[in-house]
Amino acid sequence: MSDIRFEGVTKVFDRGGTPFTAIGGIDFYVNDKEFISVVGPSGCGKTTLMRMVAGLETPTDGEVKVAGNTVRGPGPERAVVFQQFALFPWKTVYDNITFGMRSKGATKAERDEAVAYYLKLMKMEGTENSYPHQLSGGMQQRVAIARSYAIDPGVLLMDEPFGALDAQTRTIMQEELVRLARVNPRTVLFITHSVEEAVYLADRVIVMGRNPGRVREVIEIAGMREEEDWTSHPIDDVMEMESFTHLRGQVWRLLREEMGGDR
Amino acid sequence: MSRMSLIPYSLAGLVLFFGLWQGVVSVGLVSAFVLPPPLDVIERIWTMMNRPFAGFLLHEHLASSFMRFFYGFALAATIGIPVGLMMGRFRLFEEIITPLFEGYRYVAPLAWVPFAALWFGTGIGGPIMVIFTGAFAPCVINAYRGARLVDRHLIEAAQTHGAGEFRIAREVLLPGALPSIVAGLRISAGLGWQSLIGAELIVVSSGIGYVMVQGQSNLSPSIVMSAMIVIGFTGLVIDYVLRFAEARVRAKWGGA
Repeated sequence: MSDIRFEGVTKVFDRGGTPFTAIGGIDFYVNDKEFISVVGPSGCGKTTLMRMVAGLETPTDGEVKVAGNTVRGPGPERAVVFQQFALFPWKTVYDNITFGMRSKGATKAERDEAVAYYLKLMKMEGTENSYPHQLSGGMQQRVAIARSYAIDPGVLLMDEPFGALDAQTRTIMQEELVRLARVNPRTVLFITHSVEEAVYLADRVIVMGRNPGRVREVIEIAGMREEEDWTSHPIDDVMEMESFTHLRGQVWRLLREEMGGDR
Repeated sequence: MSRMSLIPYSLAGLVLFFGLWQGVVSVGLVSAFVLPPPLDVIERIWTMMNRPFAGFLLHEHLASSFMRFFYGFALAATIGIPVGLMMGRFRLFEEIITPLFEGYRYVAPLAWVPFAALWFGTGIGGPIMVIFTGAFAPCVINAYRGARLVDRHLIEAAQTHGAGEFRIAREVLLPGALPSIVAGLRISAGLGWQSLIGAELIVVSSGIGYVMVQGQSNLSPSIVMSAMIVIGFTGLVIDYVLRFAEARVRAKWGGA
């Protein structure tokens, strides 16, 4: 059981002496093994929200609870996948993937098995002794995702993981992530700028508003996805289905309202 | 022009320098007592390597100097690098250490000689402490700067994948700061070697610095000059070895 509960979570930053409310009182509940996408205009605090679950930021007020326990700092049960990949440049693919496993005291046999499993799943066999700089961006992010999955975290936190990839690689990665999420379901908080990505991947999409950062609306995706059987179609086809474009339009309208001030 | 093709120019410079030096004495412009010429110095070095001077052969003096240098330098690196990494990692630690450190940095290594002798004696302990005070600062500063330059996301990735502070220091901060640390070690070795010779001029009864003092009291400028040449040459070798290590690290890690 790894659910996430936000209870009146507020985060105020000190910006050169003047307080800035990044998150203004969020109450929200994420079910165990639920995939949540978070979209919102820049400055709405979506990354801050994720970082508080990771334990990399502390709420000014309120509490974040994971599996019933208040988050007090970073830990391997809440692994983070970063936009910048954040692979250790001096470690091989093998040592990067098993970094977290070693924290948890995995044996050599367990580590070998996990590396073989993930490299096969990602069609990256034979790269275990490569260094990150020898891999393409997409492969680097696959390694980072494997590093997080390998420690079997209750919660996976992804901060725009595909934001630094080209459009083509991004599409492939989205499909792969759906596949991975199906064989290995987790509670996921997925931060993104891309509305399509958010709708395609999630069970529910949170649309955030800003000044201060808050939950503007929650859109249900899972029901429609199962009804229309998205997962058995290639991503390009899904994105042309009416069920998809309808939901995407709904999220877009909300976002546009929130960004109104920008135009 | 490549570095290799420049070597003849470097050699030409050396030959010209030593030639002029030998020349002004041979022609009689300067007396050999005031400025011992290169050929005399080479002969003196050869003699001192075969006949003990001030208790030991020349290379034995050099070996004892080098051992002191090595211990002091190793101690400075062993303490300085972790201190620097911790300053880069923990803001509070940085605030506590910085004023002390900045103060110490402006006290010349030689100013420590009286206390080094008082606390650790004039055998091996005192000189090691003097080298330590000379070599410590660049180790700390470069480890600190290197740690500050480590990508914050790498530290956060380590934290959210279960690594404790010790593992973060060893597997993230240290390798991330390595190019900067190695550059610091080179500066540190140079300062340490200089401080050592200074210390030997004042205390101890062996070593290259001691040879100089003895040469001075024997009114033998050629002995003093021989010791200076040996000091310079050894410094050059130390620098060359560390320069090689630095190039290797940079090639593997990329610049920083």
